[in-house]
Amino acid sequence: MRDLRRADNGSSLFANRWIVSALPPILVFLLMVCLWQWTVEFWKLKPIVLPSPAAVWKAATEKESVLIKGMLATGAAAGLGLVSSVVIGSILAILFSQFRWLRLSIYPYVIFLQTVPIVAIAPLLIIWSGNNLRTIVIIATIISVFPIIANVTAGLLAIDRNWIDLFRMHGASRWQSLAKLRIPAAIPHLLVGMRISSGLAVIGAIIGEFFVGNATSYDGLGSLMTQWQSQQRTAHLFAALVASTLLGIAFFLIVHLLGRTVFRRWTMAVDLESYDP
Amino acid sequence: MEDASIAAAPLEIECSDLEVRFSAHVPVLERLSCKFPAGQIVVLLGRSGCGKSTLLRCVAGLQKPTSGGVRLSAVGGQGHQGRVGVDARPRMSFVFQEATLLPWRSAIENVLLPAELDRGLAGVGRDDARQLAATRLEEVGLEKQEHHKLPRQLSGGMKMRVALARALMNDPDILLLDEPFAALDDILRNRLNELLLQLWSHRPRTILFVTHNISEAIFLSHQIAIMHKGRIGQQWINPLPFPREHRLRSTPEFSHCYGVVSSALESLS
Repeated sequence: MRDLRRADNGSSLFANRWIVSALPPILVFLLMVCLWQWTVEFWKLKPIVLPSPAAVWKAATEKESVLIKGMLATGAAAGLGLVSSVVIGSILAILFSQFRWLRLSIYPYVIFLQTVPIVAIAPLLIIWSGNNLRTIVIIATIISVFPIIANVTAGLLAIDRNWIDLFRMHGASRWQSLAKLRIPAAIPHLLVGMRISSGLAVIGAIIGEFFVGNATSYDGLGSLMTQWQSQQRTAHLFAALVASTLLGIAFFLIVHLLGRTVFRRWTMAVDLESYDP
Repeated sequence: MEDASIAAAPLEIECSDLEVRFSAHVPVLERLSCKFPAGQIVVLLGRSGCGKSTLLRCVAGLQKPTSGGVRLSAVGGQGHQGRVGVDARPRMSFVFQEATLLPWRSAIENVLLPAELDRGLAGVGRDDARQLAATRLEEVGLEKQEHHKLPRQLSGGMKMRVALARALMNDPDILLLDEPFAALDDILRNRLNELLLQLWSHRPRTILFVTHNISEAIFLSHQIAIMHKGRIGQQWINPLPFPREHRLRSTPEFSHCYGVVSSALESLS
Protein backbone atom coordinates (compact mmCIF):
# COMPACT_ATOMS: atom_id res chain seq x y z
CA MET A 1 0.00 0.00 0.00
CA ARG A 2 2.74 2.35 1.06
CA ASP A 3 4.86 1.32 -1.89
CA LEU A 4 1.99 1.94 -4.28
CA ARG A 5 1.48 5.45 -2.98
CA ARG A 6 5.17 6.13 -3.28
CA ALA A 7 5.22 4.93 -6.86
CA ASP A 8 2.19 7.06 -7.63
CA ASN A 9 3.80 10.14 -6.13
CA GLY A 10 6.95 9.30 -7.99
CA SER A 11 5.34 9.08 -11.42
CA SER A 12 3.25 12.25 -11.09
CA LEU A 13 6.32 14.00 -9.73
CA PHE A 14 8.21 12.74 -12.75
CA ALA A 15 5.49 14.01 -15.11
CA ASN A 16 5.54 17.40 -13.41
CA ARG A 17 9.30 17.59 -13.60
CA TRP A 18 9.18 16.65 -17.27
CA ILE A 19 6.72 19.43 -18.06
CA VAL A 20 8.75 21.94 -16.08
CA SER A 21 11.97 21.01 -17.83
CA ALA A 22 10.65 20.43 -21.36
CA LEU A 23 8.04 23.15 -21.79
CA PRO A 24 10.25 26.28 -21.65
CA PRO A 25 12.73 25.12 -24.32
CA ILE A 26 9.86 24.06 -26.61
CA LEU A 27 8.23 27.48 -26.23
CA VAL A 28 11.55 29.20 -26.97
CA PHE A 29 11.95 27.01 -30.06
CA LEU A 30 8.50 27.96 -31.41
CA LEU A 31 9.18 31.61 -30.65
CA MET A 32 12.49 31.50 -32.51
CA VAL A 33 10.90 29.87 -35.57
CA CYS A 34 8.17 32.55 -35.65
CA LEU A 35 10.77 35.31 -35.25
CA TRP A 36 12.84 33.76 -38.05
CA GLN A 37 9.86 33.57 -40.42
CA TRP A 38 8.89 37.14 -39.58
CA THR A 39 12.45 38.45 -40.10
CA VAL A 40 12.71 36.84 -43.53
CA GLU A 41 9.34 38.25 -44.63
CA PHE A 42 9.81 41.69 -43.09
CA TRP A 43 13.30 42.36 -44.52
CA LYS A 44 12.49 40.48 -47.74
CA LEU A 45 15.73 38.48 -47.43
CA LYS A 46 16.89 36.50 -50.46
CA PRO A 47 16.39 32.74 -49.96
CA ILE A 48 20.06 32.20 -50.85
CA VAL A 49 21.09 34.23 -47.79
CA LEU A 50 18.48 33.08 -45.33
CA PRO A 51 15.57 30.88 -46.40
CA SER A 52 12.41 31.02 -44.33
CA PRO A 53 11.51 28.11 -42.02
CA ALA A 54 8.75 27.27 -44.47
CA ALA A 55 11.26 27.04 -47.32
CA VAL A 56 13.52 24.83 -45.19
CA TRP A 57 10.56 22.60 -44.42
CA LYS A 58 9.73 22.43 -48.13
CA ALA A 59 13.32 21.49 -49.01
CA ALA A 60 13.36 18.89 -46.26
CA THR A 61 10.16 17.19 -47.47
CA GLU A 62 11.33 17.39 -51.06
CA LYS A 63 14.61 15.63 -50.21
CA GLU A 64 13.15 13.49 -47.45
CA SER A 65 14.40 10.11 -48.68
CA VAL A 66 17.85 11.49 -49.59
CA LEU A 67 18.15 13.05 -46.13
CA ILE A 68 17.02 9.89 -44.35
CA LYS A 69 19.48 7.81 -46.35
CA GLY A 70 22.13 10.41 -45.53
CA MET A 71 21.33 10.18 -41.84
CA LEU A 72 21.57 6.39 -41.99
CA ALA A 73 24.91 6.50 -43.83
CA THR A 74 26.42 9.08 -41.49
CA GLY A 75 24.82 7.34 -38.52
CA ALA A 76 26.42 4.03 -39.52
CA ALA A 77 29.85 5.63 -39.89
CA ALA A 78 29.50 7.53 -36.59
CA GLY A 79 28.17 4.39 -34.86
CA LEU A 80 31.12 2.31 -36.06
CA GLY A 81 33.43 5.12 -34.96
CA LEU A 82 31.85 5.28 -31.51
CA VAL A 83 31.98 1.50 -31.05
CA SER A 84 35.65 1.35 -32.00
CA SER A 85 36.33 4.33 -29.71
CA VAL A 86 34.72 2.51 -26.80
CA VAL A 87 36.63 -0.71 -27.54
CA ILE A 88 40.02 0.90 -28.22
CA GLY A 89 39.61 3.55 -25.51
CA SER A 90 38.59 1.03 -22.84
CA ILE A 91 41.43 -1.35 -23.68
CA LEU A 92 43.95 1.50 -23.54
CA ALA A 93 42.45 2.73 -20.27
CA ILE A 94 42.73 -0.75 -18.73
CA LEU A 95 46.38 -0.98 -19.82
CA PHE A 96 47.04 2.50 -18.39
CA SER A 97 45.41 1.54 -15.09
CA GLN A 98 47.41 -1.68 -14.80
CA PHE A 99 50.86 -0.49 -15.85
CA ARG A 100 52.11 2.69 -14.27
CA TRP A 101 55.14 2.94 -16.58
CA LEU A 102 52.85 2.72 -19.60
CA ARG A 103 50.64 5.46 -18.21
CA LEU A 104 53.61 7.69 -17.48
CA SER A 105 55.21 7.20 -20.89
CA ILE A 106 52.22 7.01 -23.25
CA TYR A 107 49.46 9.08 -21.64
CA PRO A 108 51.11 12.43 -22.48
CA TYR A 109 50.93 11.48 -26.14
CA VAL A 110 47.26 10.64 -25.80
CA ILE A 111 46.67 14.17 -24.54
CA PHE A 112 48.85 15.43 -27.39
CA LEU A 113 46.63 13.51 -29.84
CA GLN A 114 43.75 15.58 -28.51
CA THR A 115 45.45 18.80 -29.55
CA VAL A 116 46.13 17.75 -33.16
CA PRO A 117 43.45 19.36 -35.36
CA ILE A 118 41.69 16.54 -37.15
CA VAL A 119 41.30 18.60 -40.34
CA ALA A 120 45.08 18.46 -40.61
CA ILE A 121 45.19 14.67 -40.46
CA ALA A 122 42.21 13.95 -42.68
CA PRO A 123 44.00 14.47 -46.04
CA LEU A 124 46.81 12.18 -44.88
CA LEU A 125 44.33 9.52 -43.83
CA ILE A 126 42.74 9.65 -47.27
CA ILE A 127 46.14 9.02 -48.87
CA TRP A 128 46.77 6.08 -46.52
CA SER A 129 43.33 4.56 -46.30
CA GLY A 130 41.60 5.74 -49.48
CA ASN A 131 38.31 7.42 -50.34
CA ASN A 132 36.10 5.01 -48.45
CA LEU A 133 33.90 4.35 -45.46
CA ARG A 134 36.89 3.03 -43.50
CA THR A 135 38.57 6.44 -43.60
CA ILE A 136 35.39 8.13 -42.35
CA VAL A 137 35.17 5.66 -39.47
CA ILE A 138 38.84 6.20 -38.60
CA ILE A 139 38.30 9.97 -38.47
CA ALA A 140 35.18 9.54 -36.29
CA THR A 141 37.20 7.23 -34.01
CA ILE A 142 40.18 9.57 -33.65
CA ILE A 143 37.87 12.47 -32.77
CA SER A 144 35.78 10.55 -30.25
CA VAL A 145 38.33 8.28 -28.52
CA PHE A 146 39.87 10.78 -26.10
CA PRO A 147 36.90 11.28 -23.73
CA ILE A 148 36.65 7.49 -23.41
CA ILE A 149 40.35 7.05 -22.57
CA ALA A 150 40.39 9.96 -20.13
CA ASN A 151 37.16 9.09 -18.30
CA VAL A 152 37.67 5.33 -18.10
CA THR A 153 41.29 5.69 -16.97
CA ALA A 154 40.19 8.08 -14.24
CA GLY A 155 37.38 5.71 -13.25
CA LEU A 156 39.69 2.70 -13.05
CA LEU A 157 42.15 4.57 -10.86
CA ALA A 158 39.81 6.50 -8.55
CA ILE A 159 38.84 3.56 -6.37
CA ASP A 160 37.69 4.04 -2.78
CA ARG A 161 40.56 3.20 -0.41
CA ASN A 162 38.27 0.98 1.69
CA TRP A 163 37.27 -1.11 -1.31
CA ILE A 164 40.92 -1.75 -2.10
CA ASP A 165 41.51 -2.76 1.54
CA LEU A 166 38.44 -5.01 1.43
CA PHE A 167 39.78 -6.82 -1.62
CA ARG A 168 43.24 -7.08 -0.02
CA MET A 169 41.73 -8.56 3.15
CA HIS A 170 40.18 -11.33 1.10
CA GLY A 171 43.39 -12.02 -0.80
CA ALA A 172 42.09 -10.87 -4.18
CA SER A 173 44.47 -11.24 -7.10
CA ARG A 174 45.26 -8.35 -9.41
CA TRP A 175 42.99 -9.86 -12.04
CA GLN A 176 40.10 -10.24 -9.56
CA SER A 177 40.50 -6.64 -8.43
CA LEU A 178 40.34 -5.54 -12.05
CA ALA A 179 37.37 -7.68 -13.03
CA LYS A 180 35.29 -7.42 -9.88
CA LEU A 181 36.22 -3.97 -8.61
CA ARG A 182 37.93 -1.56 -11.02
CA ILE A 183 35.99 -2.28 -14.20
CA PRO A 184 32.52 -2.25 -12.59
CA ALA A 185 33.45 0.89 -10.65
CA ALA A 186 34.48 2.60 -13.91
CA ILE A 187 31.14 2.00 -15.67
CA PRO A 188 29.63 5.39 -14.70
CA HIS A 189 32.78 7.07 -16.01
CA LEU A 190 32.49 5.12 -19.26
CA LEU A 191 28.90 6.35 -19.65
CA VAL A 192 29.99 9.96 -19.11
CA GLY A 193 32.74 9.49 -21.69
CA MET A 194 30.31 7.90 -24.16
CA ARG A 195 27.86 10.76 -23.76
CA ILE A 196 30.57 13.21 -24.89
CA SER A 197 31.99 10.85 -27.52
CA SER A 198 28.61 10.14 -29.13
CA GLY A 199 28.32 13.78 -30.25
CA LEU A 200 31.96 13.88 -31.31
CA ALA A 201 31.58 10.69 -33.38
CA VAL A 202 28.76 12.31 -35.40
CA ILE A 203 30.90 15.43 -35.93
CA GLY A 204 33.84 13.21 -36.94
CA ALA A 205 31.74 11.29 -39.47
CA ILE A 206 30.47 14.49 -41.08
CA ILE A 207 33.98 15.98 -41.26
CA GLY A 208 35.19 12.70 -42.75
CA GLU A 209 32.49 12.91 -45.40
CA PHE A 210 33.50 16.50 -46.22
CA PHE A 211 36.91 15.17 -47.21
CA VAL A 212 36.05 11.77 -48.62
CA GLY A 213 33.01 12.86 -50.65
CA ASN A 214 30.54 10.36 -52.03
CA ALA A 215 32.41 7.22 -51.12
CA THR A 216 29.63 5.09 -49.78
CA SER A 217 26.82 3.54 -51.81
CA TYR A 218 24.67 6.53 -50.91
CA ASP A 219 25.74 9.96 -49.71
CA GLY A 220 26.11 10.80 -46.04
CA LEU A 221 25.04 14.16 -44.65
CA GLY A 222 28.56 15.57 -45.00
CA SER A 223 28.76 14.81 -48.73
CA LEU A 224 25.20 16.11 -49.25
CA MET A 225 26.30 19.36 -47.60
CA THR A 226 29.34 19.79 -49.88
CA GLN A 227 27.15 19.11 -52.94
CA TRP A 228 24.42 21.55 -51.92
CA GLN A 229 26.96 24.15 -50.88
CA SER A 230 28.49 24.12 -54.38
CA GLN A 231 24.96 24.46 -55.84
CA GLN A 232 24.19 27.31 -53.37
CA ARG A 233 21.03 25.58 -52.13
CA THR A 234 20.79 27.28 -48.76
CA ALA A 235 17.43 25.84 -47.75
CA HIS A 236 18.73 22.32 -48.40
CA LEU A 237 21.81 23.04 -46.29
CA PHE A 238 19.56 24.11 -43.45
CA ALA A 239 17.59 20.90 -43.84
CA ALA A 240 20.84 18.91 -43.69
CA LEU A 241 21.82 20.89 -40.59
CA VAL A 242 18.58 19.93 -38.89
CA ALA A 243 19.08 16.29 -39.95
CA SER A 244 22.60 16.17 -38.46
CA THR A 245 21.30 17.73 -35.24
CA LEU A 246 18.62 15.05 -35.04
CA LEU A 247 21.28 12.42 -35.61
CA GLY A 248 23.35 13.84 -32.75
CA ILE A 249 20.31 13.78 -30.46
CA ALA A 250 19.55 10.19 -31.49
CA PHE A 251 23.09 9.15 -30.55
CA PHE A 252 22.83 10.89 -27.21
CA LEU A 253 19.52 9.14 -26.51
CA ILE A 254 20.93 5.74 -27.46
CA VAL A 255 23.77 6.17 -24.95
CA HIS A 256 21.28 7.39 -22.35
CA LEU A 257 19.10 4.35 -23.01
CA LEU A 258 22.12 2.07 -22.65
CA GLY A 259 22.57 3.49 -19.16
CA ARG A 260 18.92 2.85 -18.34
CA THR A 261 18.91 -0.75 -19.58
CA VAL A 262 22.21 -2.64 -19.72
CA PHE A 263 23.83 -0.53 -17.01
CA ARG A 264 20.68 0.06 -14.98
CA ARG A 265 22.38 -1.01 -11.76
CA TRP A 266 24.82 1.87 -12.10
CA THR A 267 22.32 4.56 -13.00
CA MET A 268 19.18 3.81 -11.01
CA ALA A 269 16.79 6.71 -10.43
CA VAL A 270 17.96 9.30 -7.96
CA ASP A 271 14.75 9.28 -5.93
CA LEU A 272 15.50 5.71 -4.87
CA GLU A 273 18.71 6.92 -3.31
CA SER A 274 16.87 8.87 -0.64
CA TYR A 275 14.70 5.83 0.10
CA ASP A 276 14.50 5.46 3.85
CA PRO A 277 12.20 2.86 5.43
CA MET B 1 25.11 -25.70 9.97
CA GLU B 2 28.83 -24.91 10.01
CA ASP B 3 31.11 -27.16 8.03
CA ALA B 4 33.60 -28.67 10.46
CA SER B 5 36.50 -28.32 8.02
CA ILE B 6 36.17 -24.54 7.87
CA ALA B 7 35.39 -24.04 11.54
CA ALA B 8 37.32 -21.20 13.13
CA ALA B 9 39.89 -21.89 15.81
CA PRO B 10 39.92 -19.04 18.30
CA LEU B 11 43.14 -17.11 17.79
CA GLU B 12 45.14 -15.10 20.24
CA ILE B 13 46.54 -11.76 19.11
CA GLU B 14 49.93 -10.75 20.38
CA CYS B 15 51.69 -7.51 19.49
CA SER B 16 55.33 -7.07 20.41
CA ASP B 17 57.15 -3.73 20.30
CA LEU B 18 54.85 -2.58 17.55
CA GLU B 19 55.89 0.74 16.13
CA VAL B 20 54.37 2.70 13.26
CA ARG B 21 55.71 6.05 12.07
CA PHE B 22 54.30 8.02 9.17
CA SER B 23 56.83 10.80 9.73
CA ALA B 24 60.17 10.79 11.55
CA HIS B 25 59.01 12.73 14.59
CA VAL B 26 55.70 11.54 15.96
CA PRO B 27 55.03 7.82 16.14
CA VAL B 28 51.44 6.71 15.58
CA LEU B 29 52.14 3.57 17.59
CA GLU B 30 55.04 3.60 20.04
CA ARG B 31 56.64 0.31 21.15
CA LEU B 32 53.25 -1.16 21.80
CA SER B 33 53.09 -4.63 23.32
CA CYS B 34 49.87 -6.36 24.23
CA LYS B 35 48.08 -9.67 24.27
CA PHE B 36 44.41 -10.14 23.38
CA PRO B 37 42.95 -13.49 24.48
CA ALA B 38 41.45 -15.92 21.98
CA GLY B 39 37.72 -15.98 21.49
CA GLN B 40 37.05 -12.74 23.35
CA ILE B 41 35.73 -9.35 22.38
CA VAL B 42 38.37 -6.68 22.96
CA VAL B 43 37.44 -3.05 22.47
CA LEU B 44 40.11 -0.50 21.60
CA LEU B 45 38.91 2.73 23.16
CA GLY B 46 40.44 6.14 22.83
CA ARG B 47 40.18 9.61 21.40
CA SER B 48 40.67 10.19 17.71
CA GLY B 49 44.31 10.14 16.72
CA CYS B 50 45.38 7.82 19.55
CA GLY B 51 46.38 5.09 17.08
CA LYS B 52 43.54 2.63 17.64
CA SER B 53 42.63 2.35 13.96
CA THR B 54 46.31 1.96 13.06
CA LEU B 55 46.67 -0.88 15.56
CA LEU B 56 43.63 -2.56 14.00
CA ARG B 57 45.09 -2.14 10.51
CA CYS B 58 48.39 -3.65 11.70
CA VAL B 59 46.58 -6.71 12.99
CA ALA B 60 44.68 -6.91 9.69
CA GLY B 61 47.94 -6.75 7.75
CA LEU B 62 46.75 -3.63 5.94
CA GLN B 63 49.42 -1.52 7.64
CA LYS B 64 53.02 -2.65 7.68
CA PRO B 65 54.62 -1.77 11.03
CA THR B 66 57.86 0.24 11.00
CA SER B 67 59.21 -2.26 13.50
CA GLY B 68 57.90 -4.98 15.74
CA GLY B 69 55.28 -7.49 14.77
CA VAL B 70 51.89 -9.07 15.27
CA ARG B 71 51.59 -12.72 16.11
CA LEU B 72 48.35 -14.62 15.71
CA SER B 73 48.28 -18.05 17.30
CA ALA B 74 45.80 -20.73 18.13
CA VAL B 75 45.78 -21.57 21.83
CA GLY B 76 48.55 -24.10 22.35
CA GLY B 77 49.06 -24.37 18.60
CA GLN B 78 51.30 -23.11 15.85
CA GLY B 79 51.67 -19.37 15.40
CA HIS B 80 51.47 -17.25 12.29
CA GLN B 81 54.40 -14.88 12.31
CA GLY B 82 54.11 -11.70 10.30
CA ARG B 83 53.31 -12.14 6.63
CA VAL B 84 52.98 -15.78 5.74
CA GLY B 85 51.78 -17.70 2.73
CA VAL B 86 48.17 -17.30 1.65
CA ASP B 87 47.24 -20.83 2.58
CA ALA B 88 48.60 -20.57 6.09
CA ARG B 89 46.94 -17.19 6.60
CA PRO B 90 44.32 -17.12 9.30
CA ARG B 91 40.92 -16.01 8.06
CA MET B 92 40.24 -12.41 8.99
CA SER B 93 37.48 -10.00 8.09
CA PHE B 94 37.39 -6.25 8.38
CA VAL B 95 34.34 -4.05 8.84
CA PHE B 96 34.93 -0.43 7.91
CA GLN B 97 33.42 2.77 9.21
CA GLU B 98 31.16 2.92 6.19
CA ALA B 99 29.41 -0.18 4.91
CA THR B 100 31.60 -0.06 1.75
CA LEU B 101 29.18 -2.22 -0.21
CA LEU B 102 29.74 -2.41 -3.94
CA PRO B 103 26.80 -0.34 -5.25
CA TRP B 104 26.33 -2.39 -8.43
CA ARG B 105 25.84 -5.62 -6.47
CA SER B 106 22.69 -6.59 -4.64
CA ALA B 107 22.84 -7.31 -0.90
CA ILE B 108 23.31 -11.04 -1.39
CA GLU B 109 25.89 -10.54 -4.15
CA ASN B 110 27.87 -8.32 -1.80
CA VAL B 111 27.82 -11.03 0.85
CA LEU B 112 28.98 -13.53 -1.79
CA LEU B 113 32.06 -11.46 -2.64
CA PRO B 114 34.44 -13.05 -0.08
CA ALA B 115 33.44 -16.50 -1.39
CA GLU B 116 34.40 -15.39 -4.90
CA LEU B 117 37.75 -13.97 -3.77
CA ASP B 118 38.95 -16.15 -0.90
CA ARG B 119 40.81 -19.28 -1.87
CA GLY B 120 39.80 -20.87 1.42
CA LEU B 121 36.24 -20.98 0.16
CA ALA B 122 37.07 -22.03 -3.39
CA GLY B 123 35.94 -25.57 -2.62
CA VAL B 124 32.44 -24.41 -1.72
CA GLY B 125 30.09 -24.82 -4.70
CA ARG B 126 28.23 -21.90 -6.22
CA ASP B 127 24.81 -22.96 -4.97
CA ASP B 128 26.15 -23.78 -1.53
CA ALA B 129 27.82 -20.38 -1.34
CA ARG B 130 24.57 -18.67 -2.30
CA GLN B 131 22.72 -20.66 0.33
CA LEU B 132 25.35 -19.72 2.91
CA ALA B 133 25.11 -16.04 1.94
CA ALA B 134 21.32 -16.14 2.35
CA THR B 135 21.76 -17.71 5.79
CA ARG B 136 24.26 -15.01 6.77
CA LEU B 137 21.81 -12.30 5.71
CA GLU B 138 19.03 -13.89 7.73
CA GLU B 139 21.34 -14.07 10.74
CA VAL B 140 21.86 -10.31 10.61
CA GLY B 141 18.14 -9.71 10.25
CA LEU B 142 17.55 -9.10 6.54
CA GLU B 143 14.33 -10.54 5.26
CA LYS B 144 14.24 -12.57 2.04
CA GLN B 145 12.73 -9.83 -0.10
CA GLU B 146 15.58 -7.51 0.83
CA HIS B 147 18.33 -9.88 -0.28
CA HIS B 148 18.12 -8.71 -3.88
CA LYS B 149 17.94 -4.98 -3.25
CA LEU B 150 20.80 -2.77 -4.30
CA PRO B 151 22.67 -0.97 -1.48
CA ARG B 152 21.17 2.39 -2.38
CA GLN B 153 17.72 0.95 -1.75
CA LEU B 154 18.72 0.03 1.81
CA SER B 155 18.86 2.29 4.87
CA GLY B 156 22.14 3.02 6.65
CA GLY B 157 21.46 0.41 9.34
CA MET B 158 20.56 -2.23 6.77
CA LYS B 159 23.72 -1.53 4.80
CA MET B 160 25.79 -2.04 7.93
CA ARG B 161 23.98 -5.34 8.59
CA VAL B 162 24.88 -6.47 5.07
CA ALA B 163 28.50 -5.45 5.71
CA LEU B 164 28.45 -7.60 8.87
CA ALA B 165 27.02 -10.53 6.95
CA ARG B 166 29.75 -10.12 4.34
CA ALA B 167 32.44 -10.08 7.04
CA LEU B 168 31.03 -13.31 8.48
CA MET B 169 30.72 -15.02 5.09
CA ASN B 170 34.18 -16.62 5.25
CA ASP B 171 33.64 -17.60 8.92
CA PRO B 172 36.68 -15.60 10.10
CA ASP B 173 38.93 -16.60 12.98
CA ILE B 174 39.33 -12.94 13.76
CA LEU B 175 36.78 -10.19 13.15
CA LEU B 176 38.10 -6.63 13.06
CA LEU B 177 35.72 -3.69 13.24
CA ASP B 178 36.78 -0.05 12.83
CA GLU B 179 34.09 2.19 14.37
CA PRO B 180 31.46 0.38 12.33
CA PHE B 181 28.39 1.99 13.91
CA ALA B 182 29.77 5.50 14.43
CA ALA B 183 27.61 7.01 11.70
CA LEU B 184 24.35 5.52 12.99
CA ASP B 185 21.91 7.01 15.51
CA ASP B 186 21.95 5.77 19.12
CA ILE B 187 18.96 3.44 18.89
CA LEU B 188 20.29 1.76 15.76
CA ARG B 189 23.77 1.55 17.25
CA ASN B 190 22.41 -0.16 20.39
CA ARG B 191 20.46 -2.64 18.29
CA LEU B 192 23.49 -3.50 16.20
CA ASN B 193 25.60 -3.90 19.34
CA GLU B 194 23.07 -6.45 20.58
CA LEU B 195 23.18 -8.17 17.19
CA LEU B 196 26.97 -8.37 17.33
CA LEU B 197 26.86 -10.00 20.78
CA GLN B 198 24.23 -12.42 19.54
CA LEU B 199 26.40 -13.37 16.58
CA TRP B 200 29.40 -13.79 18.88
CA SER B 201 27.58 -16.05 21.34
CA HIS B 202 26.29 -18.10 18.42
CA ARG B 203 29.89 -18.58 17.30
CA PRO B 204 32.59 -17.26 19.67
CA ARG B 205 35.60 -15.82 17.86
CA THR B 206 38.24 -13.22 18.55
CA ILE B 207 36.81 -9.77 17.91
CA LEU B 208 38.73 -6.50 17.93
CA PHE B 209 36.39 -3.52 17.98
CA VAL B 210 37.49 0.11 17.69
CA THR B 211 35.29 2.85 19.09
CA HIS B 212 35.41 6.16 20.93
CA ASN B 213 32.01 5.57 22.50
CA ILE B 214 32.40 4.49 26.15
CA SER B 215 28.95 2.99 26.55
CA GLU B 216 29.35 0.92 23.38
CA ALA B 217 32.76 -0.26 24.62
CA ILE B 218 31.37 -1.42 27.97
CA PHE B 219 28.35 -3.14 26.48
CA LEU B 220 30.37 -5.19 23.99
CA SER B 221 33.66 -6.03 25.65
CA HIS B 222 35.30 -8.74 27.66
CA GLN B 223 38.07 -6.24 28.09
CA ILE B 224 38.82 -2.71 27.04
CA ALA B 225 42.23 -1.56 25.93
CA ILE B 226 42.32 2.14 26.63
CA MET B 227 44.71 3.81 24.22
CA HIS B 228 46.51 7.10 24.45
CA LYS B 229 49.20 8.60 22.23
CA GLY B 230 50.13 5.38 20.46
CA ARG B 231 50.23 3.21 23.55
CA ILE B 232 47.82 1.08 25.50
CA GLY B 233 47.43 2.95 28.76
CA GLN B 234 45.37 0.35 30.55
CA GLN B 235 43.75 -3.00 29.86
CA TRP B 236 40.50 -3.03 31.79
CA ILE B 237 38.69 -6.32 32.42
CA ASN B 238 34.95 -5.92 32.10
CA PRO B 239 33.17 -7.55 35.08
CA LEU B 240 29.69 -7.50 33.53
CA PRO B 241 28.39 -11.04 32.90
CA PHE B 242 27.20 -12.54 29.61
CA PRO B 243 24.65 -12.86 28.07
CA ARG B 244 24.00 -9.14 27.91
CA GLU B 245 20.73 -7.60 26.90
CA HIS B 246 19.37 -4.19 26.24
CA ARG B 247 18.29 -3.54 29.84
CA LEU B 248 21.86 -3.96 31.09
CA ARG B 249 22.49 -0.40 29.98
CA SER B 250 20.14 0.98 32.63
CA THR B 251 21.56 -1.01 35.57
CA PRO B 252 23.66 0.63 38.33
CA GLU B 253 26.49 -1.82 37.55
CA PHE B 254 26.67 -0.49 34.01
CA SER B 255 26.73 3.11 35.27
CA HIS B 256 29.47 2.18 37.69
CA CYS B 257 31.58 0.69 34.88
CA TYR B 258 30.93 3.78 32.80
CA GLY B 259 32.29 5.93 35.63
CA VAL B 260 35.40 3.77 36.03
CA VAL B 261 36.22 3.69 32.32
CA SER B 262 35.58 7.35 31.70
CA SER B 263 37.76 8.40 34.63
CA ALA B 264 40.49 6.02 33.41
CA LEU B 265 40.22 7.65 29.99
CA GLU B 266 40.28 11.07 31.63
CA SER B 267 43.34 10.32 33.76
CA LEU B 268 45.33 9.34 30.67
CA SER B 269 44.85 12.64 28.93
